[in-house]
Amino acid sequence: MQSNRRVFLKGSMAASAVGLAVGAGLLTPRAVMAAAWPQKAYDTTGYEESLKDLFGVSGVTASKDVNVKAPDIAENGAVVPVTIESSIAGTDNIAILVKGNPTPLVCNFKFDGAQPFMSTRIRMGKTDDVIGVVHAGGKLYSASKQVKVTIGGCGG
Amino acid sequence: MSSIKMRISAAGDVLDVKSLIEHPMETGRLKDKATGKIIPANYIQILTVSVNDKPAVEANLSVAVSKNPYINVKVPGKKGDKVTIAWSSNIGKSDTATETA
Repeated sequence: MQSNRRVFLKGSMAASAVGLAVGAGLLTPRAVMAAAWPQKAYDTTGYEESLKDLFGVSGVTASKDVNVKAPDIAENGAVVPVTIESSIAGTDNIAILVKGNPTPLVCNFKFDGAQPFMSTRIRMGKTDDVIGVVHAGGKLYSASKQVKVTIGGCGG
Repeated sequence: MSSIKMRISAAGDVLDVKSLIEHPMETGRLKDKATGKIIPANYIQILTVSVNDKPAVEANLSVAVSKNPYINVKVPGKKGDKVTIAWSSNIGKSDTATETA
């Protein structure tokens, strides 16, 4: 709890510093966008909440056009390779979520001319579904893949 | 020494950028076994991939991304273009690396 509060304070201090910089005309709006990390979306423990905080829309449609690639069995939950690709036109953001993790949102990639494809390695606490959520044309689409974890990635 | 390693392969007008970043990605949930104190969170929050200084991908990462993050994206570009990867962490550290495709 204490550490959460500390992080929050730091975050708000950083935000005000950015605000000052904008006021002084030091940063272009583009750079400001890059500087904002969606703290709230990453701190919430609810799946729906984090999506709403991140994209500002709720309601997710399952779609076959979202392709989530992950292993059937991960021996080590600390390193689970995940690849997500979307063939939905107008895809501008892809997020990875794992409901069983302490905070469900793992990461999100915003595309600006790049292909709607991303691959990375994530941590999973236990056997769970890896959910890929795609934002396209103001709507959310998702697909999931179950990964069996034999050793969790959150313990010491 | 940069913390960012990059490998770029060009295929037509798409650059396949694979990158490994050296970073502990501490979750803030683990205890130091020697001292019993919690190791403070230290993780990359924002990572951008730019082609010729134009941002193509902006990623937000969290503590649930594995230690020494591996990132693979496909950005528009051709051989000879400059690809830049930059990251910044929750404790205000940052790094950047540029390579020619």
